[in-house]
Amino acid sequence: MRKEFGNKIAVRKLSLTVPRGSIFGFLGPNGAGKSTSIKMLLGLVKPTSGEAFVLGERAGDVAVRRKIGFLPEHFRFYDWLTPAELLRLHGRLCGMAATKLRERIPVMLELVGLTPHRDKRVHDFSKGMMQRIGLAQALIHEPEIIFLDEPTSGLDPMGRRLVRDVIRAQRERGATVFLNSHLLSEVEVTCDNVAFLKDGEVVAAKDLHALGEAEIHVVVRARHLSPQAVAGLAPWTTAATVEGEQLTMTARSSDLLPDVVRHLAASGADIYSFIPERASLEDLFVRIMGEDRGL
Amino acid sequence: MGCWVMAGITFREAARKKILWTALLAGLGFLTLFGIALHYQIEDFGAHSTAPFIRYQILSAMLMVGLYVVDLLAVVMTILTSVDTISGEISSGTIHAIATKPIPRWQILIGKWIGFVGMIAGFVALTFGGTIAVAYFMGGVMPENAFHGALLVFLECLLALSVTFMFGTWFSTLTNGVIVIGLHGLAFMGGWLEQMSGFTESARLVAVGVVTSLIMPSESIWRRAAFEMQTPLAGSLPFSPFANVSIPSPTMIAYAGFYLLVALTIAVYHFHSRDL
Repeated sequence: MRKEFGNKIAVRKLSLTVPRGSIFGFLGPNGAGKSTSIKMLLGLVKPTSGEAFVLGERAGDVAVRRKIGFLPEHFRFYDWLTPAELLRLHGRLCGMAATKLRERIPVMLELVGLTPHRDKRVHDFSKGMMQRIGLAQALIHEPEIIFLDEPTSGLDPMGRRLVRDVIRAQRERGATVFLNSHLLSEVEVTCDNVAFLKDGEVVAAKDLHALGEAEIHVVVRARHLSPQAVAGLAPWTTAATVEGEQLTMTARSSDLLPDVVRHLAASGADIYSFIPERASLEDLFVRIMGEDRGL
Repeated sequence: MGCWVMAGITFREAARKKILWTALLAGLGFLTLFGIALHYQIEDFGAHSTAPFIRYQILSAMLMVGLYVVDLLAVVMTILTSVDTISGEISSGTIHAIATKPIPRWQILIGKWIGFVGMIAGFVALTFGGTIAVAYFMGGVMPENAFHGALLVFLECLLALSVTFMFGTWFSTLTNGVIVIGLHGLAFMGGWLEQMSGFTESARLVAVGVVTSLIMPSESIWRRAAFEMQTPLAGSLPFSPFANVSIPSPTMIAYAGFYLLVALTIAVYHFHSRDL
């Protein structure tokens, strides 16, 4: 899909496949086009060209919206309602019966930790509480896919943990979660897959469970490292440098590490430590996105 | 279903707005003032032994002025309460959580419209009915075709509401308010120009008035309502605020109804097709 606002290209080329039943992280710097992309998938914004299918149906159709839950980045609603009234309204907009809502609302309030505040008006809520009630309205009708736009912004550590648990519970019941977040540490521990959006285009997609099989940095402390032993690492590494007793190398895959250890030992090196350092999602993000452009 | 959920929440939202209660307070204040004025006028009639026929005509004229104030108050209240319901929710992002629910966008807009219609109906019934009740119980006067007049005032409010909704799908709250108030100002001026033409006998003034009524027919509806409600004698006076000069025809009322439907249709279409 592509989206232009006048002369400005908000999304250049969005081409994306999200596996059902997974937690999908949608990453990118500010201004990359993440929110516009989500809005296109939800039918809030019409693409200039291209089309998207959500759960096999055209994005934005009423039929598919029945199966969607959405937490906007800045959840706002009529703030004179109580949280129970707000959930009842959203449930009714989703076509839920009154009897079903009577059962479901207390469960949702408990899930997001707002039961003690059920009689307060929403205008007395903190930002974190607004995020919690926003999450509850997104889940009230047990959607098959949930779009969460920065769900942990404004939450304290307890709130973040709660959201993380709720997201995982959604995956457990078979739902798909589409997560847009700047908190890469959260994404790293929550998501199954991620896509990186840069200048309105998906520039990389990764399976986070497979990240360990990709290139890996290793720091080795060893004595009697001969130049021949280091040169002999070439079949398993892309780079290797020695500084005193420290050998730093980039192995092609973590699967090759036992071969590296055997090679070094066979070449007469005394190995004191062998520490593989997985690149964090943040490292990957910085490497893919390049330098900070102050957006 | 979605339509009625939206109508219900919009009615509650509108009923919470301070402007509605301010308008109702203003209406009550006006009714009190109107009652005091009627009371003094009736006392003066007793002191001067005014003939019943003259007395009836004067009290009827006072009632018409009262109903004109109610009409103005209702239209202004309609615009001010509804001016941000579309544009405000778009700019604040409130609409995002609603428009992603499984209801067509037209149901969101029409539901909101119905909610306001309910609120306006209540306001007009209270203020219009209250004014007539005060005049009837204090002075024994009753307008001609009161129900017809009330319906026309209600129609004028619905027209204002639909036009406000239409521009609200395009513009920010402030711009929308300026445009709609400006259009009503134009219609008001056009109406008075037509009335003045009865005094100056200028065909060109009538033409200007007709054109402004076509651009915004709200004032025409009030003038038709005034024509329907006034006493035959008041209508025969050559120049009065509600004189029968260039009376808007039933065709003009039909045009206003058509205008309302077109404005609402454009609002629905544009809200359906725009990015949120």
